[in-house]
Amino acid sequence: MSGRTLFDKVWDLHVVDELGDGMQLLFVDRHVIHELSGYRAQVELGKRGLRMRSPGLAIGSFDHVVSTAPGARAGNNANANRIIEGFRAESRKAAMRLYDIGEDGQGIVHVIGPETGFTIPGALLVCGDSHTCTPGALGAAAWGIGTTELVHVLATQTIVQQKPKTMRVDFRGAPAEGVTAKDLILALIGKLGTAGGMGYAVEYAGEAVRGLDMEGRMTVCNLSIELGAKIGMVAPDEKTYAFLKGRRLAPKGAHWEQALLHWKTLPSDADAKFDAEHALDCASLAPQITWGTSPEDVVGVDGVVPDRKPDALSYMGLTAGKPIAGTKVDRVFIGSCTNSRLPDLRAAAAIAKGRKVAKHVEAWVVPGSWRIKQDAEAEGLHEIFKAAGFQWREAGCSMCVAANGDYVAPQERCVSTSNRNFVGRQGPQARTHLASPATAAATAIAGEIVDVRGF
Amino acid sequence: MERFSILRSIAAPFPRENVDTDYIIRIERCTGTPREEIGKYAFEMARFRPDGSENPEFVLNRPRYRGARILVCGEFFGTGSSREHAVWALAGMGIRCLIAPSYGQIFYSNCFQNGLLPIVLPLQEVDLLMKEAEGGTSFEIDVEKQLINGKVRFDISPRRKKMLLEGLDELGLTLALEPKVAAFEKTDRQKRPWIYPA
Repeated sequence: MSGRTLFDKVWDLHVVDELGDGMQLLFVDRHVIHELSGYRAQVELGKRGLRMRSPGLAIGSFDHVVSTAPGARAGNNANANRIIEGFRAESRKAAMRLYDIGEDGQGIVHVIGPETGFTIPGALLVCGDSHTCTPGALGAAAWGIGTTELVHVLATQTIVQQKPKTMRVDFRGAPAEGVTAKDLILALIGKLGTAGGMGYAVEYAGEAVRGLDMEGRMTVCNLSIELGAKIGMVAPDEKTYAFLKGRRLAPKGAHWEQALLHWKTLPSDADAKFDAEHALDCASLAPQITWGTSPEDVVGVDGVVPDRKPDALSYMGLTAGKPIAGTKVDRVFIGSCTNSRLPDLRAAAAIAKGRKVAKHVEAWVVPGSWRIKQDAEAEGLHEIFKAAGFQWREAGCSMCVAANGDYVAPQERCVSTSNRNFVGRQGPQARTHLASPATAAATAIAGEIVDVRGF
Repeated sequence: MERFSILRSIAAPFPRENVDTDYIIRIERCTGTPREEIGKYAFEMARFRPDGSENPEFVLNRPRYRGARILVCGEFFGTGSSREHAVWALAGMGIRCLIAPSYGQIFYSNCFQNGLLPIVLPLQEVDLLMKEAEGGTSFEIDVEKQLINGKVRFDISPRRKKMLLEGLDELGLTLALEPKVAAFEKTDRQKRPWIYPA
């Protein structure tokens, strides 16, 4: 018998029942809930006369509809505030742990799960948001679900799923200076396409992934859904354990020791068979940037706009054959569940230090959580950003989802560290280029898309 | 949930690839719009002009396809965000069945939760059906026989088929399994005590 993959080991531990046709009933260890999909599900649950089965296995936070305007503590309109109030009241009624706006623990759900130590290796985790693949970076099997499935989890602490196939991606070599986790995963999506991972749980492995810090691994896993995969994972290692130890909701004492023994059994066996295998040479990569309206429309920042997808080029206002570098931008957004953690902000601040944002550019930095904001301020990062002319804002999803008053104006061009460059994603007719925090910060300074390696 | 056995309708050709759920329903419509009204905003960015009037070029605004309950789609329909509002929006404008080579995986699950049937077929077969849709043929989807227009067979798991035919809801089925969930949890607390709060 061949060995087992990380994913197989985690999945198999959670099977409650076989439902036939390959469908399985799985136990949910960790449920992370945000106000937008969460409140709607809480209301549906109540309508059905049901109660939350296991509030102790859930945490909630506010992120999608909160205003990130400096000093804000609410939504930016009546609908948002109705959702915020409703989520607060329903969560209290269910006796569920909720990190309220402006509290230590509040922030983007995929940021605060790992930050609080709620997300741990080997856990099965779900959340009503597609970027729930993010905490797979800790060795959890984590994926996004819809509202009806969310009601199902609230009521039963289980989810019905068909086991996906497995894929491993070997990130070979060490990336050059200025080439970050974001560039690695964008390059992979460019190579395999947005449906390349469809139907798979993807394990990211290899020298370049081992070399990343935990936050970088989260960035890689975050974009799994843009590769078409609901689940992306990295095997836990000493970096994972060091990251988690002592966090407020992480196992303590004897439980920590027991958990650690278990976690060390999780990495894929040497003879494990994957249904698909891919490799990416990381040593030769340039910083990546998207040019079109799908995350697969990506080139090296030293490349040219390709002669493909004329509708996308027209939407983006770009000309095929011209270098992507030198394209003038109106906005820069540094934030989102992809790139809003402390090392992301440090990388952007290192570029911004002692420089000025170009006069025609509006540039924002939106920390992923309340905690990150405090930690960044303790290091003085906010002073660097403010001195350079960036706005320093409150934690939330902000301009990535544009459901909170933060959006890009029609036909404005934005270099964004977020995850989706879809038509209208950052606002009607907004033109989004996805890139790393370092590339975004350098672009803000230059006023046009620029190769951060020259900075 | 409404039962689904046989559906007869015009099918609209929708060959665009990578149609994401942001394109199907804008995020602004997911924060305050009642579910029963959300169909009005499906494909809003393409269906209406900036002044709010209908875009006559948009396929579902063309007289031939108005009221179509079937969409024949390009590859990877429903990619992106997990918002179930995308399915509610399609259902709200009367769509009950999709035919495509592939779908966004969360969107695909969300369809079944709402009695909307996402049929997967090889690209060549979708292309042929796309041509038939362009010709304005009326389609027939037979869930029991798993046939489109009496000739093209599609796969669906027996569990999902039963749920569609009988209008069953997954939650109702799982609630009946609570004793098994409780037994699992009891054993698991011994095996993995660190998962559970003290």
